[in-house]
Amino acid sequence: MLDHSKEPGTEGLENRQKEQADVSAQLGEADTWKDQLKTLVRQNKLAAFSAVILILFLLAAVFAPIVAPYDHLKQSLTDRLQDPSLAHWLGTDELGRDVLSRVIFGARVSLTIGLVPTLISMAIGTVLGLCAGFYGGKTDFVIMRLADVMLAFPSLLLAMVVMYTMGGGLINIFIALSLVNWAGTARIVRSQTLSLKEKEFVEAARSIGVRQWTIMFRHILPNCLPSLIVLFTLNIPSAILSEASLSFLGIGAQPPSASWGLMAVRGKKYLFSEPWLSIAPSVAIMIVVMAFNFLGDGLRDVLDPYLKEQ
Amino acid sequence: MWSRVGKRIAISIPVLVGVVLAIFVMLRIVPGDPVTTMLGEHVNPAVIEKISREMGLDQPVTVQFFQYVFHALQGDFGTSYRLNRNVTGIILDAFPNTVKLSLLAAVVAWVIGIVAGIVAAVRQNRLLDRLFMGCALMGVSMPVFMTALVLQYVFAFKLKWFPVSGFDSVKAMILPAIALGWNSAGSIARMTRSNLVEVMQNDYIRTARAKGLREHGVIVGHALKNAMLPVVTMMVLQISSMLSGAVLTESVFGVPGIGRLAVNAIETRDMPLLQGTVVFTTILIIAGNLAADLLYNVLDPRIREGA
Amino acid sequence: MRESIVLDIKDLKSHFFTAKGVAPAVDGVSIQVPAGKIIGVVGESGCGKSMTAMSVMGLLRYPGRVVGGTITLDGRDITHLSAKELSKVRGNEISMIFQEPMTSLNPVYPVGKQVREAILLHQKVSKAEAKERVVEIFRAVGIPEPEKRYYNYPHQLSGGLRQRVMIGMAMVCRPKVMIADEPTTALDVTIEAQILRLMKKLCEEQGTSIILITHNMGVVAEVCDYVYVMYAGKVMEQAETFELFDHTSHPYTRGLLNSIPRLDEKARRLHTIEGVVPNLLHLPEGCSFCTRCSEAKKRCFVERPDLYQVGEEHKVRCFQYEGEA
Repeated sequence: MLDHSKEPGTEGLENRQKEQADVSAQLGEADTWKDQLKTLVRQNKLAAFSAVILILFLLAAVFAPIVAPYDHLKQSLTDRLQDPSLAHWLGTDELGRDVLSRVIFGARVSLTIGLVPTLISMAIGTVLGLCAGFYGGKTDFVIMRLADVMLAFPSLLLAMVVMYTMGGGLINIFIALSLVNWAGTARIVRSQTLSLKEKEFVEAARSIGVRQWTIMFRHILPNCLPSLIVLFTLNIPSAILSEASLSFLGIGAQPPSASWGLMAVRGKKYLFSEPWLSIAPSVAIMIVVMAFNFLGDGLRDVLDPYLKEQ
Repeated sequence: MWSRVGKRIAISIPVLVGVVLAIFVMLRIVPGDPVTTMLGEHVNPAVIEKISREMGLDQPVTVQFFQYVFHALQGDFGTSYRLNRNVTGIILDAFPNTVKLSLLAAVVAWVIGIVAGIVAAVRQNRLLDRLFMGCALMGVSMPVFMTALVLQYVFAFKLKWFPVSGFDSVKAMILPAIALGWNSAGSIARMTRSNLVEVMQNDYIRTARAKGLREHGVIVGHALKNAMLPVVTMMVLQISSMLSGAVLTESVFGVPGIGRLAVNAIETRDMPLLQGTVVFTTILIIAGNLAADLLYNVLDPRIREGA
Repeated sequence: MRESIVLDIKDLKSHFFTAKGVAPAVDGVSIQVPAGKIIGVVGESGCGKSMTAMSVMGLLRYPGRVVGGTITLDGRDITHLSAKELSKVRGNEISMIFQEPMTSLNPVYPVGKQVREAILLHQKVSKAEAKERVVEIFRAVGIPEPEKRYYNYPHQLSGGLRQRVMIGMAMVCRPKVMIADEPTTALDVTIEAQILRLMKKLCEEQGTSIILITHNMGVVAEVCDYVYVMYAGKVMEQAETFELFDHTSHPYTRGLLNSIPRLDEKARRLHTIEGVVPNLLHLPEGCSFCTRCSEAKKRCFVERPDLYQVGEEHKVRCFQYEGEA
């Protein structure tokens, strides 16, 4: 609903960026993706570090059965609510399950929820945005009004409504998040498509009779990719947070799943005696979300300086 | 400017109708008969049919929708299945708590966010900047319930400065407000900083320096107003996102607000109540977005004064 | 130059500290500005003329920094002033107008208020009095309906009017020196002449000296008393304007003059100077112009020429003139 293109001072900034571009051209800087990667690693150590953290989490998730010291579902009522110790680094929960093992298995839930529904919703958003921008007219109008409606919804409430309809459970969160978050992507892809379709190379492709779908996916889409990569990295944490929130509210993952949000809410009862029960999974969420945010910020600086904070 | 305002309002109305329709349809594609779900499987079919008729559920969905909108326009959001009470009344009981919580949280977010953002921008790339921006990113990355749990553990349980839960005194409101505002404070700080840093690159900042203004004069007198225009819009938008974020805070601190109603409604499969809370909150949020947009129009002279 | 010198820039050096090395954007520039005269500084973009101006104003920002030389304003060394002292000089005794009139004014304040701020910063006058002065200077710089324009926002004014506002802002405290960095480049040609005439008039009336930075030799011929030709951070040739046009000495200056299209010659190819401004990080070992100079000798590639005196108030940085005067 908001028109941020009129942000104050952008005219002057363009000038400045042009100047800086001149200067870098003069200093002989090139811009291949390898250079960009190097720049990312060199200039933004935090982003590089975050990438390492995320890879570690990913490995832990994939090899959870090997990495985790215990079976994350195995209950042992004699070992209930133990303090952190050498045997159980993060203690045990109210059913005697090893918290560290559950946090490691929880990475599977969170990363899957972060990656897959985000990919699906962004794919939907990309296709809709491309169509809206490319065909314009009625197609554009219908898609964008639909996006307006989706964006007017606070995503947590929307997800709650979907969860009511479909019932709890991870699969349903999966579906809910896939369907809910396409609108932002659609908007950005649409606006880029609008400006790209006026470019000479698209005109050229059109003039030699390239088919529309080929133009859209071979010529326009690749030029949207930098923005999409950044957007993907920044959308993942919000999906992870949504799942955690829904599970925390008891309308997401169901026991005995090792979802971090669910662990946090089940540990809430013991917050004052065994705080690590809810804090450990919460910290895990924070680290993963923060790492994705750092990485996304870094990628944006390198790949796409024009994609402003939404 | 007024034509812009008119246009914005005109765009909001179909969006509003669309949202209500979307909620309405989504809640009605739920598998199974709502009355059966509510009363359980083993109830006399005749009773179910009677109740369905009373609630108008035997009508086609389109008719139901128009009836719902018609009643909603008169302030009637239907009757709760479980509480057997008018949804509007239930919402209005809970609403003041959510509003208090959101507004307090907004104040927390604005004050912390703006101050931290300005300080970080002024000390760009120095220690304080790194520190504040690290905290801000942490704020953005922390799940709301985690902030709430940590605050509850440290300040209510360990230090005993505040009550653990409830919402009956100002003191009890402070922790929930910080928990809810922390997240927004992070985004506001980040946006304030990045806008300010960006604005400082502008030619008119150079002019202000050339005029003989000292650095703090340049920032306060020339950069801040430009940098804050979009932030103000975002700050108003944050209030609406808090309205929905309140769900989690309310759940941790036991605040009897709208968010709790919605969660209860889902747990007890109370469709009219859920529908009422979601529609009500969404209307508020759309109104808030509109207000934010109008505010921007009023504040920016380039739009206000026309070209 | 026998006139009293208001601004004396001696051996000014400003470097840019980039990740890829140190770029000497201003490399030992000396410029003398006599009272009430207009000094032209000419060169291609990237030759360091704007950086010289920014260094004098103390407006260089990271990664640029003044690393050597002295700047004397009216007998007072302003090179090492504290930020506070410098802010009293800036806008008051020495002021600057910029190339981009469209973006040099703050979009969220009325233009009158922005000019008034300059007065209130440097002089103890009431707001009402300051406003009077703004309206007065608006009239002097040829802004129609100055009382009404006072309350206008920048976006409501044309580029020409905005540049007049900028000139008003720069002149309102009656500075000793005004630096104008390509003040007419962004404007229409018809407006350009008006603005130049206005600046010359104000300069005569108020006794303000002007440093006019431009890449346009025609502008130089029209208004400047003295000219400095800069290339790659160094002054290549300096002379009184007529002398420079009559006895153009440096190959680079000749190149600049030849590249002006002339009406009195039959249409033929427009002259250009071959090549581009060299990368400041990898300047040639010898004369910085040697890579593009059609008259370069072997020596030019290994040794750096000094500024050689070739006439009264005429200096050239080229070995051809070594030991001439």
